[in-house]
Amino acid sequence: MEKEIVLTMRGIYKSFPNVKALQNIDFTLRKGEIHALMGENGAGKSTLIKVLTGVYTKDEGEIRIDGINDPITVRSPQEAQNYGISTVYQEVTLCPNLTVAENMFIGRGNGKVVKWKEMEKKAGTLLESLGIPARPKQQLGSCSLAVQQMVAIARAVDTDCKVLILDEPTSSLDDKEVAMLFSLMRDLKDRGVGIIFVTHFLEQVYEVSDRITVLRNGELVGEYEIEKLPQVELVAKMMGKELESLSVIKKDASAASADKEPLYEAKNLSSSETKPFDFRIAKGEVNGFTGLLGSGRSESVRAIYGADRVTGGSVTMNGKPVKITSPKQAMKNGIGYLPENRRRDGIIADLSVRDNIILALQVMKGFFHPFSKAQAEAFADEYIKALDIKTASSDTPIKSLSGGNQQKVILARWLLTHPQYLILDEPTRGIDVGTKTEIQKLVLKLAEEGMSITFISSEIEEMLRTCSRLIVMRDRKIVGELTGDDLTQDHVMLTIAGGDK
Amino acid sequence: MMKSNVSYPGQKRKEPISDTMLLMSITIGIFVVMYALAMIILKGGFLKPQMLFDMLNDNAYLIIISCSLTIVMITGSIDISVGSVTALVTMVDVMILNGNLHLFDGLQKALGVGDEFRIVFAAVMSLAIGLAFGVVQGYLIAYLEIQPFIITLAGLFFGRGMVTIISVDPQKAPQNLMDILQTRINMPLLGSPNKKGVIIPAHIEIGVVIALVILILVFILLRKFRLGRNFYAVGGNRQSALMLGVNVRRTRFLAHMLSGLLAGIAGFVFMMHVGAGNATNATASEMNAIATSIIGGTLLTGGVGNVIGTMFGVLTLTTIKAIVVTSGLRDPWWQSITTGAMLCFFILLQSVVLSRRGRGGFHLPPWLKKAEKKEGT
Repeated sequence: MEKEIVLTMRGIYKSFPNVKALQNIDFTLRKGEIHALMGENGAGKSTLIKVLTGVYTKDEGEIRIDGINDPITVRSPQEAQNYGISTVYQEVTLCPNLTVAENMFIGRGNGKVVKWKEMEKKAGTLLESLGIPARPKQQLGSCSLAVQQMVAIARAVDTDCKVLILDEPTSSLDDKEVAMLFSLMRDLKDRGVGIIFVTHFLEQVYEVSDRITVLRNGELVGEYEIEKLPQVELVAKMMGKELESLSVIKKDASAASADKEPLYEAKNLSSSETKPFDFRIAKGEVNGFTGLLGSGRSESVRAIYGADRVTGGSVTMNGKPVKITSPKQAMKNGIGYLPENRRRDGIIADLSVRDNIILALQVMKGFFHPFSKAQAEAFADEYIKALDIKTASSDTPIKSLSGGNQQKVILARWLLTHPQYLILDEPTRGIDVGTKTEIQKLVLKLAEEGMSITFISSEIEEMLRTCSRLIVMRDRKIVGELTGDDLTQDHVMLTIAGGDK
Repeated sequence: MMKSNVSYPGQKRKEPISDTMLLMSITIGIFVVMYALAMIILKGGFLKPQMLFDMLNDNAYLIIISCSLTIVMITGSIDISVGSVTALVTMVDVMILNGNLHLFDGLQKALGVGDEFRIVFAAVMSLAIGLAFGVVQGYLIAYLEIQPFIITLAGLFFGRGMVTIISVDPQKAPQNLMDILQTRINMPLLGSPNKKGVIIPAHIEIGVVIALVILILVFILLRKFRLGRNFYAVGGNRQSALMLGVNVRRTRFLAHMLSGLLAGIAGFVFMMHVGAGNATNATASEMNAIATSIIGGTLLTGGVGNVIGTMFGVLTLTTIKAIVVTSGLRDPWWQSITTGAMLCFFILLQSVVLSRRGRGGFHLPPWLKKAEKKEGT
């Protein structure tokens, strides 16, 4: 059944300095459909949405909307609204101090006086017709997040909306609230509104969507009917691997390490950002967390390191119970953590390479017992040489180094503390291929010497090359553990996608 | 016992009280209790209605600049120049009434009107000065996006400096004009007998009437007008307000403009009350205005507040001061100390009350769960 098309985007290009964010993207939205827009981080989802809503201006391409003959140019979110394109963002963009009715009508229409009675009556009718459990006179802040989101949707719908964009609307809702939101979405769909649904929750896509458009690295991968794209294929498309053509990478069967007794073991560990999970790692083992963006892999290692507020669970190291609720305690127990965001959490940009290297050791020694300059120099030189860090001198500020060399400095910082257990979160992101291989080799060498390492990377090949055990996460839960012969790209992707679906 | 949570179809639900109303009610409650206690324990002046009226007479200007502060604080901004503007306007007005400003002197002669007409000049000039401060500060804050604190701090110094330039020495307004300006509105029914047993009628000054009219106008603006609601929206979440289509810059500009304008009026009212221009007039009154707004339930973080609460904030603050004085602690620092302590108390109270409200977090309220069940069956 071919339905009327409400929105067409053809040949959209958008680039930023150094980045081609969107290249030749086509997108069509039909009346009364829920169309999922999928892609990994940096795929171009948000850029496309922002082009459509006028936050960015496109470089090339045309946008057509039902009812207007000429291609439209959208210069601001307000203009987008006038064309009937409304957006509800992840964070609720309403005013919590005003009433529900006010939030639905403020900033709209003319007239200097607020007609409370009329406004509240209109709001009440609309809320009721959409089945939204909010009262017009209620202060918005007293509603649950889900209801606030629904009020935002009600507002959007009331402005004669043809295209409704929901940008990650479910990321802070619980299951019940998600169900409420979905029933509202289906209701709107029946009324003929075209809904663009951006999310990274695979199951939710399959629960509610009609079609899927997949983007990758700013390019269009394809547009699919939901029935014709099994979940595992969707994952393959998002990650850019054709399932059939996957070459199986054989991994040395060094899975024997799993039998060794664990160096670190956590039971029911949970933090403010994760659900409880079990985890263990043996001496000299390299394992890894894998999963799509937002699946909770970084959050898990942050919980292990005590970087987020730990809320429960028990941890043993070398068989003895320990308490790790802060990075400092983790360091005292011989755990090192190389954070995902190097620029924000890793380097101290204005300090020298030397000071950056000795930082962790200095923290452990205490700031009232500083290293002598000669000693610091010796440490720095040793590791600059050992890791082949390309820097003019150890006095050079770290910000003038390349990304790869900065990463090596952070690595040196941890190696200097001789940790028993090192966590590397995306250590190779954004660095050149040569350095990448160096770091991978280093990881394997350190493991041989007896260090336990947890490795996280978005690139599955890299994980398969280095890890002897992979823990697979989906929607913030551990959904599988792969070792030995199971460590193939096919298997990993199948597990990420959720088995046979 | 009368309370019942059962709601029948068709019956109107009672909405839970909003943050603004809650904080305001607390203030009113505390004021009433405090005044009643003062009447019972301290007796004396507190039993006479004139005590309350004198508080209003002395603080009419404070009510007006407190309205200024309430408005800008609701938008999440601040204006600390209002005290200086008040002082500047007072000084300029007194100079005009004295015929010391040649421009107005000449104008008066040209028009051939009597000295009484100088009052009109003074009133116009008050509005003009206040508006000028408001427009300039509002422009810098809203359109050039400079920190409101810095801008109005500059305004504070500038205004106070101007007062001193105009006259270092105190200036007294002519008595004949002051007689007109200080006309009392007598209320014999609320009078009380003096020592000789003669009933002295209670009275308020014109300034109080002006202040109350402004209070009501601002109340209506904040409640009924789109602009007023935009103040709340901008203060609640500026980014959201922008996304909702509120012209945030214009809204912030108008808030500051209004604040300046009201400060100008406050200067005129202050002049009516004291009848003299002085370089130290209304010193630190901007701080009192911030205090009264906060006591009245306006949040410094923006989005919550109400001028009725502010009015009671002024009354609470002045009552405390009066209690301190009548208790025999006549040294001025006692007033400062009690004001400070009280402010602390109110802010603590507010944060406790609001955080207790928020503790429910994002759980579904019980009525919503009920609705869901209905859907399910």
